[in-house]
Amino acid sequence: MNIWTALVAFVAALLTVAMFVMADWDLPPVKNTQTGYRGTAMVEIDDIERLQASLEANQLPETPWELDTSGPRASEVYENVQVLGHLSSDQFDRLMVSITEWVSPEQGCAYCHNEENLALDDVYTKVVARRMIEMTWAVNEDWMDHVDQTGVTCYTCHRGHPVPQHVWFKEDPPGPTRGWAGYTAGQNTVSIGLTSLQTDPFTTLLGEEGEIRVESLDALPSDHVASIQDTEKTYSLMMHMSGALGVNCTYCHNTRAVQDWEQSTPARMTAWHGIDMVRALNAEHLDPLKPVFPEARLGPLGDVAKVHCTTCHQGVSKPLNGASMLGDYPSLSGAP
Amino acid sequence: MAMLSFERKYRVRGGTLIGGDMFDFWVGPFYVGFFGVATAFFAALGTVLIVYGASQGPTWNLWQISIAPPDLKYGLGPAPMLEGGLWQIITICAIGSFVSWALREVEICRKLGIGYHVPITFGAAILAYVTLVVIRPLLLGAWGHGFPYGIYSHLDWVSNVGYQHLHFMYNPAHMIAVTFFFTTTLALSLHGALVLSAVNPAKGEKVKTPEYEDTFFRDTIGYSIGTLGIHRLGLLLAINAGVWSAICIVISGPFWNRSWPEWWDWWLRLPIWF
Repeated sequence: MNIWTALVAFVAALLTVAMFVMADWDLPPVKNTQTGYRGTAMVEIDDIERLQASLEANQLPETPWELDTSGPRASEVYENVQVLGHLSSDQFDRLMVSITEWVSPEQGCAYCHNEENLALDDVYTKVVARRMIEMTWAVNEDWMDHVDQTGVTCYTCHRGHPVPQHVWFKEDPPGPTRGWAGYTAGQNTVSIGLTSLQTDPFTTLLGEEGEIRVESLDALPSDHVASIQDTEKTYSLMMHMSGALGVNCTYCHNTRAVQDWEQSTPARMTAWHGIDMVRALNAEHLDPLKPVFPEARLGPLGDVAKVHCTTCHQGVSKPLNGASMLGDYPSLSGAP
Repeated sequence: MAMLSFERKYRVRGGTLIGGDMFDFWVGPFYVGFFGVATAFFAALGTVLIVYGASQGPTWNLWQISIAPPDLKYGLGPAPMLEGGLWQIITICAIGSFVSWALREVEICRKLGIGYHVPITFGAAILAYVTLVVIRPLLLGAWGHGFPYGIYSHLDWVSNVGYQHLHFMYNPAHMIAVTFFFTTTLALSLHGALVLSAVNPAKGEKVKTPEYEDTFFRDTIGYSIGTLGIHRLGLLLAINAGVWSAICIVISGPFWNRSWPEWWDWWLRLPIWF
């Protein structure tokens, strides 16, 4: 045998072995959840070890002490308490301790406060934090269609990080001068869900009122027009949602007619409100904060960090596995 | 029914697996045998049950009739008749008739004194079906993972299972199975065209011999596998198509429940990257 033939055969054999050894296989048993009519394969199949790992990764933080809502108000005890003045001073202190634990456990109080005078607003993060408390109220009061009674707290997104780990900025759109291939439409860089779809479906579909629907309702050619780029952008957003929630397409859709609400699961309705919520939060709460942030906190195009599905969900269909923290922190469930 | 001139020498007694001489007879040109009776029984019962299921369903539209498997909540247990129980019995009937047919083929092979190539190859197709409706549901823990018996409805199942793994064409075993299926069709079409051309000469010409057939392929693609070889190749391709499709579906869910494109990360995990 030719030495080169032998070498190629050897490498091929090595790679074949590597496929079996190096691939991250799962093993039965699995956890099944049926999401549609029997026989349609509308099911979620989850690996039990992965579910266990996600359960452990999404535990609630401990509460500092028992809530006491009696006593003097925070506005009477402290100066410059603009949004939380209606709380008792004990409840206010407890919330401050918790926020420190949730948002800046390493940096401490000084992450938001001037330690010389805690009442001053000269640290920008304090201004941001105030607006974020209002945003939390807005989510819990106005978006129950999405968050239900569970609601959110600072911890839902922050999880111990001053800037939530999963946020997005507008991306520098690749110009038309990239070699002979020309305009790449933000594609072909491994990105969302290991696909080569557009890396930034958010600017148009989550930032402004973008058109997510691209599917034609006719089987035959019609005057319905959706470009390949628009279609793949929608697919890219869907891949994002799938990864954010740790679910597959059939969690919401019957893939034989993904656009058809009658064949979709109730989860799709929740997600639909979620898309609206994300758009509203980005437009009403986050974008307006742009003048407050220092330049280092802004994205390459000078916009603020914005939320998408992963910001809260972080890989599970119900953030923190559906556990509510509002019972321990009633002050976050809505404006006074 | 008249017997063909060469047929008499195949009509020999014996070679049965079960029943001795009892079912060792022919009806017209068809050998019966114990497994012929079993096939007829299971096929008839299964068909009647499908028709009964259709009568209890919402439509008589042939495209839309569907016998669906049970809800997942029944796990590996029996389900009420109109909530998947019919599917379970029809599945038993289908496997019963497929396997009986394969065993009838075995009996015929024994009568003819030939190898078991035909029943073994049919067995690969049976394996693919059994993997879909028995082995994979067993591994996943519920009969509800089987596919529904309906022309449109089984396509919904295929679509949803495909999307559950994001892009099923990245399933390595699916790649191999599809390649074998296409190659089987290609080989059969080349072979069929060649044989039909050889045995249907122009008016006034004689039927062409295998030497002509070999010459045709040696001229066009530089190689002829030969009259015996093409059947060995066909056997290899057909068995592999069935076996690899069984493999590609049994690993989807029980042994890999994320997207198939992700599986290819094994390449990135190789200890050769720095």
